Amino acid sequence: MSDSDVAPLETAYGVQHHVTRADAPERPAHEGGPEMVQLLTPEGERVPHAELDAIVDELSDEALRGLYRDLVLVRRFDAEATALQRQGELGLWASLLGQEAAQVGSGRAMRRQDYAFPTYREHGVAWCRGVDPVNLLGMFRGVNHGGWDPNEKNFHLYTIIIGAQTLHATGYAMGVQRDGDVGTGDEQRDTAVIAYFGDGATSQGDVSEALVFAGVNNSPVVFFCQNNQWAISEPNEKQSRAPLWHRARGFGFPGIRVDGNDVLAVYAVTKQALDAARTGQGPTFVEAFTYRMGAHTTSDDPTKYRVSAEVEVWKHRDPIERYKRWLLTTERADAGFFDAVEAEADELGTSVRERCLAMPDPDASSMFDHVYADPHPVTAREKAAFEAYHASFEEVR
Amino acid sequence: MAATTLTLAKGITSGLRAAMERDPKVVLMGEDIGKLGGVFRVTEGLQKDFGEDRVIDTPLAEAGILGTAIGMALRGYRPVVEIQFDGFVYPAFDHIVSQVAKLRARSLGYVSMPLVIRIPFGGGIGAVEHHSESNEAYFAHTAGLRVVACSNPHDAHWMIQQAIASDDPVVFYEPKRRYWDKGEVGDGPDGALGTARVLREGTDVSLFAYGPMVKTCLQAAEAAQEEGRSLEVVDLRSLSPLDGEAVLASVRKTGRAVVVHEASTFLGLGAEISAMVTEEAFHHLEAPVLRVGGYNVPYPPSRVEEEFLPDLDRVLDAVDRSLAY
Repeated sequence: MSDSDVAPLETAYGVQHHVTRADAPERPAHEGGPEMVQLLTPEGERVPHAELDAIVDELSDEALRGLYRDLVLVRRFDAEATALQRQGELGLWASLLGQEAAQVGSGRAMRRQDYAFPTYREHGVAWCRGVDPVNLLGMFRGVNHGGWDPNEKNFHLYTIIIGAQTLHATGYAMGVQRDGDVGTGDEQRDTAVIAYFGDGATSQGDVSEALVFAGVNNSPVVFFCQNNQWAISEPNEKQSRAPLWHRARGFGFPGIRVDGNDVLAVYAVTKQALDAARTGQGPTFVEAFTYRMGAHTTSDDPTKYRVSAEVEVWKHRDPIERYKRWLLTTERADAGFFDAVEAEADELGTSVRERCLAMPDPDASSMFDHVYADPHPVTAREKAAFEAYHASFEEVR
Repeated sequence: MAATTLTLAKGITSGLRAAMERDPKVVLMGEDIGKLGGVFRVTEGLQKDFGEDRVIDTPLAEAGILGTAIGMALRGYRPVVEIQFDGFVYPAFDHIVSQVAKLRARSLGYVSMPLVIRIPFGGGIGAVEHHSESNEAYFAHTAGLRVVACSNPHDAHWMIQQAIASDDPVVFYEPKRRYWDKGEVGDGPDGALGTARVLREGTDVSLFAYGPMVKTCLQAAEAAQEEGRSLEVVDLRSLSPLDGEAVLASVRKTGRAVVVHEASTFLGLGAEISAMVTEEAFHHLEAPVLRVGGYNVPYPPSRVEEEFLPDLDRVLDAVDRSLAY
């Protein structure tokens, strides 16, 4: 796989991490390289960290158990959606399987007033923001193109054009700056913005332009790149010669690579970056080193472009298993807790299924609605003609 | 504002100033729009008066300008984006047609995109490549956008304010070769954004034009009058939506229509107007709707642009052909 090719470059650049990692063990490049921040090994052992431990230590046992609950529920929702697609109830699904920790860790690091700009795979972030998961199915079922109020939970609509949302996030952050909602010291007011995108998106000009705008404006935005190793069928080395987190340096702000399958590390790194943003220290580029266990979407077949041995390696790094092991060994949760979460996941699956099937098709004439805020004679005329045409069939019956 | 004489460029400047004074959420974004005042000086003096937070000199990246303007609009601002020249808008095309135009519909009306995209357009100033194009049809073809073009200082002053006040995204075309034309700016807008305006009444042939070609058509009507022909000149002003009622009313009156624009006639606005008139006013027509426009070629080098651009003679030739039926 690609990382072994990348490793010499990473060493050659000799870029220093902005986070000191005196306590971290050496790690080969295909596991994220020596710079990758990890607080929990795949075996569920806690790795001490001079800077970030304090952030994790602030979490109560209840909050720590909450992260586990999120991981499991999000995975179950995703599995249910995948099943619904296979049964013909969704036209398409973009699974997050394997990326739960990257999304839950970063999503839970946000504050109420923060704003997230997702791509189309951020079901776990949506969950953390409190967006009804059934809303996420509308686009894939073909009943709408989004359809939720982004300002209700500060979670923007899914963006399909790769990387476009990184600019929207940056512009939103520029608005936050003009509102004076940065660096006031008021926890309820100071606001950060987070832009989600994948490794493939880093090839897009939009992402580079977003890094330029955010850099020169010192905008309160965190660029959260989930490097899931594959842009549909193209591996990292077809997208980038340099490690992705190195990008940040060229744009004048810090970059950091975190183990995207380690919910504690993602939480701590993202929280640090969001805090930096909202206190006026500007943007951070976070590369969450993770893996997409399934297909890009239900339309492609990953067995055509990657080997099963690679998938097996990443199975061993599963974000949920390692966290469960740590919760158990540190006695932060017991079997009763895990059973209760499992039961809750079953309930969620059932409810998502029922509510998905109950989602009505939109009235066809509603396609003319919401195109314009002010009346538009062409659209109005076409709507009237459309309705008259269909009404003519009614009369025949 | 009391009646005053301004150039078209300064008509826009004063319109922007009025909108910025009225609403603190109005922000200008673009390349070189601050100290320089834009390459056509349309934003001259505004950064000095409103500050760098409201007159934002952006990095040199059109997709970045539009993309961040979208984010600003989502945060509750009303960005007015300046694209330096018509031919520079293409890097931002994706954000305009895929994001700006669709966000309202995608969100089922939960979010609006109250932004204005100012584009100096058209040729006739001897510019180099990519500085003389008329790309309005691309945007007029995209549902969710409003597309307008001003032709004189009065409209420029009021239409920019109407565009900024609209909760819909507006692509605002400014006829760059008319920037320095002077005219009186009166007390209020003549009609709502989206309406055409009859600038000269006539009975023999209707001329439909917008932007830089309006002046050409008015000159043609003046010349035709010397030959005893009465031409009506309709400034379309709005390209999406088209003011169909105004167009049809004029055609029903004269029975003849000539559409004039700088853009290539092939699949241009003239094609839509011609189709509309044929569908809606066929029995009023004494002649087919004729089109005068650019050829289906890349905008030519400036030494020959006068042959590409419709001029008085080509408009009058079309009038002759129409009247010959």
